[in-house]
Amino acid sequence: MSAIVLFMAVIAVIVGWWLSQQRLTAKPWLEEGPIGDFPGTDAMTWPAAKIGLGVFLAVAGSLFALFISAYSMRMNMADWRTLPVPGLLWFNTGVLVLSSVTLQWAYVAARRDDMENIIIGLCAGGASAVTFLIGQLLAWQQLRAAGYFVASNPANSFFYMITAVHGLHLMGGLVALGRTTAKVWRGAEMPQVRLSVELCTIYWHFLLLVWLVLLGLLTGWTDDFVDICRRLLN
Amino acid sequence: MVDVPYDAVIDVPPAEVAEVDLYHPRSWWTRYVFSQDAKVIAIQYSLTATAIGLVALVLSWLMRLQLGFPGTFSFIDANQYLQFITMHGMIMVIYLLTALFLGGFGNYLIPLMVGARDMVFPYVNMLSYWVYLLAVLVLASAFFVPGGPTGAGWTLYPPQAILSGTPGQDYGIILMLSSLILFIIGFTMGGLNYVVTVLQARTRGMTLMRMPLTVWGIFTATVMALLAFPALFVASVMMLFDRVLGTSFFMPSLVEMGQQMKYGGGSPILFQHLFWFFGHPEVYIVALPAFGIVSDLISTHARKNIFGYRMMVWAIVAIGALSFVVWAHHMYVSGMHPKFGFFFATTTLIIAIPTAIKVYNWVLTLWRGDIHLTVPMLFALGFIITFVNGGLTGLFLGNVVVDVPLSDTMFVVAHFHMVMGVAPIMVVLGAIYHWYPKVTGRMLNDALGKFHFWVTFLGAYLIFFPMHYIGLLGVPRRYHDIGEAAFIPSSTHTLNAFITIMALTVGFAQMVFLFNLAWSLFRGRPSGGNPWRATTLEWQTPETPPGHGNWGKELPIVYRWAYDYSVPGAAQDFIPQNQPRATPALQGAAP
Repeated sequence: MSAIVLFMAVIAVIVGWWLSQQRLTAKPWLEEGPIGDFPGTDAMTWPAAKIGLGVFLAVAGSLFALFISAYSMRMNMADWRTLPVPGLLWFNTGVLVLSSVTLQWAYVAARRDDMENIIIGLCAGGASAVTFLIGQLLAWQQLRAAGYFVASNPANSFFYMITAVHGLHLMGGLVALGRTTAKVWRGAEMPQVRLSVELCTIYWHFLLLVWLVLLGLLTGWTDDFVDICRRLLN
Repeated sequence: MVDVPYDAVIDVPPAEVAEVDLYHPRSWWTRYVFSQDAKVIAIQYSLTATAIGLVALVLSWLMRLQLGFPGTFSFIDANQYLQFITMHGMIMVIYLLTALFLGGFGNYLIPLMVGARDMVFPYVNMLSYWVYLLAVLVLASAFFVPGGPTGAGWTLYPPQAILSGTPGQDYGIILMLSSLILFIIGFTMGGLNYVVTVLQARTRGMTLMRMPLTVWGIFTATVMALLAFPALFVASVMMLFDRVLGTSFFMPSLVEMGQQMKYGGGSPILFQHLFWFFGHPEVYIVALPAFGIVSDLISTHARKNIFGYRMMVWAIVAIGALSFVVWAHHMYVSGMHPKFGFFFATTTLIIAIPTAIKVYNWVLTLWRGDIHLTVPMLFALGFIITFVNGGLTGLFLGNVVVDVPLSDTMFVVAHFHMVMGVAPIMVVLGAIYHWYPKVTGRMLNDALGKFHFWVTFLGAYLIFFPMHYIGLLGVPRRYHDIGEAAFIPSSTHTLNAFITIMALTVGFAQMVFLFNLAWSLFRGRPSGGNPWRATTLEWQTPETPPGHGNWGKELPIVYRWAYDYSVPGAAQDFIPQNQPRATPALQGAAP
C-alpha cells in the first residue's frame, strides 16, 4: 500500500499548502464587515471546469496509485511470472507522446488565436490517440496469440486490466476532445475554445504521465526502484 | 440551474450569474424528473436512499426475528440470514448513509449555504443521480435472480465471497460488485460538483472561515470520499475479474467439493487492504457531515455561537487526514505483523483527540445556552450521547489485545451500530426536522416528532446496550442460530428476544415518522421563511421553498460568520449572515 500512501501524502501536501493560504487562523467572530476586507479569501477565480478537472485528476491518480499498490503487493507472491512485453508497446508509447505533443501544439496555437493550427493540432492529437488505442488492442491480440491469457498468470491479469483502465480513461478524453473539436468547427468564441483546448491538453499530459509510470511497472524497469523503496521501508 | 455546461468558459463564478441568465426548464419532465436543479436532485437522492433504506430496515427485522426466536420462522434459513446481513450492511452504509448525507443534504444545502444559484455542473449533477438510481436498481435486482443476493457479509471478503458455499455465488456477487462500481462512478460525478461549488461558487464575502460547519463537514467528507472510493472501485473490479474471468488476484489455490479449483496464488489479504483503505475513511465520510450538521443544530437551538469554531474546522480537517492512516485496525485478526498492529492502534487512538475536541466544544456550546428542546435539538443531543458511547467502545476495540478476543462477537456489532448506525441516523432525523420547513414551507408535527424521538432514542439504547453484554459473553456475530453452548447462559436467549421486540418497536416508530413527513406536507403548520430564527443563508432566501436559482435577482452578500446568536446589544437574538454591519447607534448601545 506504499504507492497509495505516498500519493495521499502528496495530495495532503497540496491541500495543506492551499489551506495555509486561506487564513484558517482567522477569528471570524471578530471579523464582521463587508467584502474586500480580507483579500485572497474569496472563492477561486479559476473557471469551474478547470478546478473540476484538477479534482478529477486527483481521483484518477488515486485510482491508478491503488492499482499500482495492488500490483506491487501481488507481484511478490510465488506464482508471479513476468510477462514478455510486446514490442508494439514502444510504438504505442511513441504515438501517445506524439498525441500529447500535438495537443500542446493546439494549446500554443489557441493562445495565439491561430484557428487553423488549433484544428490541425486537435485532429492530429485525436487521430494519434485512436491509433494508440488500436495499437493497444493489437498488443492484446499478440499476447493472446502467444498464449498469454488473462487468467493464466496474475502478471497477465494485471497487464490486461491496467491497460484496459488506462484505455477507458483515454476514451473518455476522446469524447471531450470530440466535443472541443466540434465546438471549434462551429466557430465558438475564442475564450471558450482556449479553455477547452487547455483542459484537453492537461488531461492528455496526465494520461501520458500515467502511461509512462504504468509502462515502467509492466516492463519491470522500475523493479529495482521498487526494491530499493521496499528495503528503505522495512 | 445555471446554463453553464461543463466545458464552457465562465468568466464570472456561477454564484454571480444573474437571474435572467438562468436556464429555465420548459417542461414538467425537465422540472421534476430530469431536473438539473440541485434542490430537486437532493430530494430525488433522499427519496431513493430512504426507499432502499426501508428495505434494509425490514431485513434487520427479519434477522432480529431469527435471532430472538430461533427456529420459529421457517422461512429464514441460514443462507437467507447471511444474505440479509450482507444486504442490510451494504445498503445502510453506502446506499443510504453516504447517499443521503452527500447526495441529499450536500445537494440541498451546499448551494444555499454558500450563496450560490446552483451547483457548478448541473448536468453532471443530474447524471450523478441517475447513475446512483441505476446502482440501487442493480443492487435490488439481486433479490430476484436465481440464488438471490450475495451472502458474503458486507465486507465481501474473498475467497468465500465467490465460492459455491456462499449464497448468491451465481449472480448475487456479480450484481453487488457491478452496483458498487456504478455507485462510485455516480458518486464521483456528484462529488466533483460539491467540491468545486464550495471552492469556486461561494458568494461574495463568504470566506472559508465564514462557512457554516455543515458545509465544512460535507466538503471534507466529499474530498475524502473522492479519494477513498477508488479503493473500493479497484477491489470491486479485481474481484469481478476473479469471479467472471477466473483470474487469481485474491484467490489462493483451493480445493472445493474435492475438486482442485483453477485459482491459485492470490492474496485475500490484498483485498482486505484495499477494502479497508476505503472502509475506514467511509466511517468518517458518514461522520463528518453528521458532525457539521449537529454543530449547526446545537448552535441554532441553544441560541449561542458555536464554541471554538476554529478548532471545529481544524478538527474536521485533521480527522479527515488521519482517517487515511488507520485502515488496518479492521484487520487485527488477519495475522498482521505485531509492529503494524501497534502502529495502527496508535493512529487509531490519536483520532480520539480531534474527535474529543469536537465533543467538548458541543458541550461547551450548550453550557449556559438558551436551550430550546425542539425536536431537532433533541436528536442533536441524542447524537452527542450516542456518539460518545459508541466512541468509548471504539477505544476498547482500537487496542489489538482487546480487539482480538472481541472481534467476532456481538460486541463489535453493538459498537459500530452505536457509532455508525444510531449516531448518524440521529443526525439525519434531526436534520430533517430542522430543514423540512425550508424544503416544504411547512413544519413537521411536534408531538409526533417528540414521540418519534423518545421511542427511537430509548429504543436504540435498549437494543444495543444489552448487545454489548451479549458480546462480552462471547456470543459470536454472523451466526444464524447460536444454539446451546456451555458459555452462553440461557438468560441470553431471553435478552435476545427482548432486543428483537425493541428492534421492531423502534422500526415502527419510523413508520410514525414517515407518516408525519407525508401528513405535514399537506397539513403541517406553515413555517414562514425562518422558523428557527437561524443565521445561515439558506434561511434568508426570498421564497420558501427556495425558488429556481435560489436568490431571486440579487445574490446575498455575506458580512459575518454563521454563528451570531445572542449578540449583546443586537435587536434580535440572531443576526443573519447577509445583514450588514450594525448602525453606529446600535453599536453604541452595545456594552
